[in-house]
Amino acid sequence: MMLLVIGSETIFFLSLILGYVSFWKSGNYVSAVKAMLDFKSTAVLTFLLISSSFTFWMAEHNYKLGEQKKLKIWLLATIILGSVFIIGQGHEYYRLLQQNFKLSSGLFGTAFYTLTGFHGLHVIIGLVMLIILFILALSNFFEKRSTVLSTIGIYWHFVDIVWIAVFTIVYVIPYLS
Amino acid sequence: MEIRLSDIEKNKATYKDYRILRWLTSVDHKEIGIMYLWVALLFFVVGGIEALLMRTQLVMANNHFLSPDVYNQIFTMHGTTMIFFVMMPALFGFQVYMMPLMIGANDMAFPRMNAFSFWITLFGGLLLYFSFFAGGAPNAGWFNYAPLNESAYSSTSGIDYYCIGLLLAGIGSVSTGVNIIVTVLKYRAPGMSLKMLPLFVWMSFVNAFLIIGALPSLNAALSMLLLDRQLHAHFFNVASGGSALLWQHMFWLFGHPEVYIIILPAFGIYSEVFQVFSRKRIYGYSFVAGSTVAIALLSFGVWVHHMFATGLGNTVNAFFGASSMLIGVPTGIKIFNWLGTMYGGSIRFTVSMLFAIAFLIEFTIGGLTGIAFSIIPIDWQVTDTYYVVAHMHYVMVGGSLFGVLSGLFYWFQKLSGKQLDEKLGKIFFWLFVIGFNMTFFVQHILGIMGMPRRVYTYPDLPYFTLLNLCSTAGAFLMGGSLLLLFYNIYKTARKKELDRSDPWDGFTLEWLSTALPGQKNFEALPEIKSRRPYWDLKYPDKADWKNDDKERK
Repeated sequence: MMLLVIGSETIFFLSLILGYVSFWKSGNYVSAVKAMLDFKSTAVLTFLLISSSFTFWMAEHNYKLGEQKKLKIWLLATIILGSVFIIGQGHEYYRLLQQNFKLSSGLFGTAFYTLTGFHGLHVIIGLVMLIILFILALSNFFEKRSTVLSTIGIYWHFVDIVWIAVFTIVYVIPYLS
Repeated sequence: MEIRLSDIEKNKATYKDYRILRWLTSVDHKEIGIMYLWVALLFFVVGGIEALLMRTQLVMANNHFLSPDVYNQIFTMHGTTMIFFVMMPALFGFQVYMMPLMIGANDMAFPRMNAFSFWITLFGGLLLYFSFFAGGAPNAGWFNYAPLNESAYSSTSGIDYYCIGLLLAGIGSVSTGVNIIVTVLKYRAPGMSLKMLPLFVWMSFVNAFLIIGALPSLNAALSMLLLDRQLHAHFFNVASGGSALLWQHMFWLFGHPEVYIIILPAFGIYSEVFQVFSRKRIYGYSFVAGSTVAIALLSFGVWVHHMFATGLGNTVNAFFGASSMLIGVPTGIKIFNWLGTMYGGSIRFTVSMLFAIAFLIEFTIGGLTGIAFSIIPIDWQVTDTYYVVAHMHYVMVGGSLFGVLSGLFYWFQKLSGKQLDEKLGKIFFWLFVIGFNMTFFVQHILGIMGMPRRVYTYPDLPYFTLLNLCSTAGAFLMGGSLLLLFYNIYKTARKKELDRSDPWDGFTLEWLSTALPGQKNFEALPEIKSRRPYWDLKYPDKADWKNDDKERK
């Protein structure tokens, strides 16, 4: 089921990316990205989000081994990494808004905030689900067999992969040319 | 904590007394299916009244029954309502009701998500209609082209309600799609392989993939439009560098699969109806099933044929013209399959079958006018005229709505335990079909003569008034005949005693179950050895798996 939801979500993000890319020239993205966006700190955040996929994988691995304590630790690590990503993104938004760069500031503002904003929303939804998993883990829910961990895992890895695509398109490609 | 069975039974008994609460809290697929059908009926009446208002306005030249502004709102709401809140819920109603029964399951895979899908669709529809009280309904047509959909051109909040209403309904549709796929994959009766699915189930299954593939691009476009209107983003705002074409691309990337989303389950209904009322198996099951997949795949590659007049260049137009001609092929294959099913069968002309046969004729007309559009010069000539209106109604009404009506007469005994009156049904059928052709056939001619769609009135040119008068008369005939259908439903619902189950000598498992809404479907299932398990059970001598079915499987 989660795979089907992800399939649908993929097309949703493809549409948003289409909306982003279609204004590439008319929105002067290349110069705007170089002037406005903070490549380095976002690269660090990207690394953290990718690590959170790894920590989640470790949590799932330990669940299969029956290591309840390690499961909780890795789950917590995933939540922290995800939260740091969101806080980092919030900080970037705050900095941009301080410079009076808004959703209504031209094509680049529109496309940038929409694409990264919808991704951020998905990270927040993922975090809510992870926190629920963590509470379940604390109440020893995972001593029984359950597929919920791997189901949420599909979603979390998906959010991660979408970010890799978004990061590549928004942050990396303008520097290549 | 121990729960005693008797307590559950007691709770159930008191719960049944609260009839409204029972419907509001139901997660039973049959009750949800019935609620979908009621919602479709409610919006059908509203959308139908809107259609009659339009036809009244157009009854003669230079009429001022409706103002241009109101006329814009009415045609927008008519199209949006009929597509999103009539055809979709009606077909979902049949799907969530019949599909589990036909594959021998006791419910959908996710009953609570099923209820969620239903309620969010209903609330989406109600929100859309709330726009009338919030300053004005959306007024940019059902496909809501940019830049007309921007605040600069449509200052009332109607289009905001359009966005939110369709987003909610879209989320509901995607979750129903997911639900249908998982149900088919995981809850089939033991022994029923995917190749043994009844065709209605197969088409619903393929259709569900279309839903989860197509709806997201609409949802993304609606979100972007909402950002444009509420937070002054620039996606579709041409004045500040946005692109009106982007909206068209995203909308039709959804919109073209959408028309197949509306027709495929109807094809499924016809496939069942033709078999049962010809007392024959479908002719060429694998061709029907395979061409459905072909339609589904091709439907994602033809969206630009809605945009031939936007100047995308000859190469693009030629490609999409060719792909649009191509998609006519699998549909044509199906027409021959259905004809082949009828050929040599002992046909019973019930109302359900009559609608199916009428569909073959009307849909072929609609299909041929559709093929005409893929010839680009013809498209340029008649685009945005009444020719398009005629084409679209021949496929939507003559295709999808006839399917719903055919299904209604076919399955009404399953839905309610009682059977619709066939005699009244036949009168209704003839009045409706005559009214339908009167309304829409003349619109082909009006379109070729150059009458543009979506303009609130027309000058008194030769034949314009005459043909429009004919069209309006036909529309009222359809409206009147529908009153007959409503009376038929009312009369049947009032009947005291139940009719016998399996009135048509059906083939598939839904007729085996005698469960009414709220009851469990199956206590035990027969061994499934062919595509017609209930037939095999009733006529063991003539069972499909014993006869010539072996090499065809």
